[in-house]
Amino acid sequence: MNKIFEVPLYPYTRSADQDAVTPAHHKVVIVGAGPVGLAAAIDLAQQGIEALVVDENDKVSFGSRAICFAKRTLEIADRLGCGAPLVDKGVQWNVGKVFFDDRKVYDFNLLPEDGHKRPAFINLQQYYFEEYLVKRAREIEAEGAPLELRGGNKVTAVTDQGDHVALTIDTPDGAYTITADYVIACDGAASPIRAMMGLDFVGRVFEDNFLIADVVMEADFPTERWFWFDPPFNKGQSALLHKQPDGVWRIDLQLGWDIDKAEEKKPERVIPRLKAMLGDDVEFSLEWVSIYTFQCRRMERFRHNRVIFAGDSAHQVSPFGARGANSGLQDTDNLAWKLKLVLEGRAPEALLDSYDLERVHGADENILNSSRSTDFITPKSEISRIFRDAVLDLSEHHAFARPLVNSGRLSMPCTYDGSPLNSPDALPGGPARTRPGSPCPDVALGNAFLLDGLGDRFTLLTVNAEAPDSLTEGGIDVTRLALSGKDDASGALAARYLGEAAAAVYLIRPDQHVAARWPAYDEGAVRAAIRRATGQEMQ
Amino acid sequence: MDADLILTPNMDRPDDIYADLLAAHEGLSKAESDALNARLILILMNHIGRRAVLAQALQAAGAPETV
Repeated sequence: MNKIFEVPLYPYTRSADQDAVTPAHHKVVIVGAGPVGLAAAIDLAQQGIEALVVDENDKVSFGSRAICFAKRTLEIADRLGCGAPLVDKGVQWNVGKVFFDDRKVYDFNLLPEDGHKRPAFINLQQYYFEEYLVKRAREIEAEGAPLELRGGNKVTAVTDQGDHVALTIDTPDGAYTITADYVIACDGAASPIRAMMGLDFVGRVFEDNFLIADVVMEADFPTERWFWFDPPFNKGQSALLHKQPDGVWRIDLQLGWDIDKAEEKKPERVIPRLKAMLGDDVEFSLEWVSIYTFQCRRMERFRHNRVIFAGDSAHQVSPFGARGANSGLQDTDNLAWKLKLVLEGRAPEALLDSYDLERVHGADENILNSSRSTDFITPKSEISRIFRDAVLDLSEHHAFARPLVNSGRLSMPCTYDGSPLNSPDALPGGPARTRPGSPCPDVALGNAFLLDGLGDRFTLLTVNAEAPDSLTEGGIDVTRLALSGKDDASGALAARYLGEAAAAVYLIRPDQHVAARWPAYDEGAVRAAIRRATGQEMQ
Repeated sequence: MDADLILTPNMDRPDDIYADLLAAHEGLSKAESDALNARLILILMNHIGRRAVLAQALQAAGAPETV
């Protein structure tokens, strides 16, 4: 077993806050030091916003858990300063194989688009992801960023006082109280904060159990994603095999609803199942076994005045499509810059409502996709199984049926269509993929990449167009990034940002989503779009 | 309008086509017939290809009196 599970990364130490006569005040308190909470803390603190993370534990999460991190997450990690170690450690894959019954029906290649710094996906155990985020947090803390991690600190009460929040925190030395301007609840699907506030978390329960087994083996399976529908070794159910770093393989076996969970988790039950799948001659050892059930649900609203929910505490999906941790990172990516502007008094509090709107939209998209995958993988009626099997049978012989095979629609970043922060699309002939609300697609620019040049501030991206090098509107500084068609010989810049247009000017938000675009610089329009993108013109 | 579902006679040899359909099912068990029908529906859906037309077809099949 990997020793990282046992190492306290942020052990409890007594804080001066615990001896304070009046409760100490913090700008932002983040509850939960999982991937989402840590990303939020790094994002805020490296932009100068004080962030305190409290967690009742002091170690990375146990077991591999989330293992599939999408390109958008890696791009966000780049902005946070820790993309490289994740990608260096992670396993990259492009080929997937789909099996039905006892035969392979087809394989696919994700064929990643050229000109992106980051791959479509990496497989990496969640504990590594958390470990690298903690390292990054320590790094910026050492550089003077206002970030603190407190382990062994369990929040037991949260009270929204209108203009601040009071938190009671239990520790090995007893309880203490602090106050905060804002609280971000990143405390997971079972969110104690959500329960303390009496908020609903409704949705659809899927009556199925899945066994996850992480096995260490020296097998010559290729680095591919293999998915089985109704295989001989797990009749009537599904199975997944996926590679992680360190020779660890994720095996996922659907078990059905009426099972004895405690019994099924015992090695004497698990090992024969795995032998049936891998063959008798494959040597392996079990690293981690877990049985999970899942729900697809979300909170009605993610923002409750000064308490804001992000990640699994706000929304939960099935694991098919890797939309859990990946969407949680998009939550904090969306929230951090808005919270910063509001705390600095450069945007109205109403800007935070756009977090709610945009990320509820994202959660709904994820819930829709993951529910559809689940309905395909585990048909709920006789007729849905008949159609599912028909799709798989046809997919072996006819390409048309392959897009219908749904073993998980892998996480893609959401486009915030209809967001009140967007200005109407004013670029005739502009590509649909970069319309206002879209996440910026990367482009290789010689030895550099576009997204690295966008950073975490408002940017005016000009392609074959003139504009001032910087401007300030309503307290928001905007810096120009000037490119021309010559910067990218491959034509990807033109394909992704010009389409049929000869020139373009894009206003890009700090989370690298497009706020507005035009065929040329128009000062009045740009200034209006900046106000709009920062909630200064919201109704 | 080409987005409209055709609900007037459109088969060139209706009796032969209908006989072909029954012949394809001959000798099949209920499960085999169900599977054949499912494959046939998927193949025809792909041939039609457009969601608006298929939505009208689903409506016509589910509640013939409303279309």
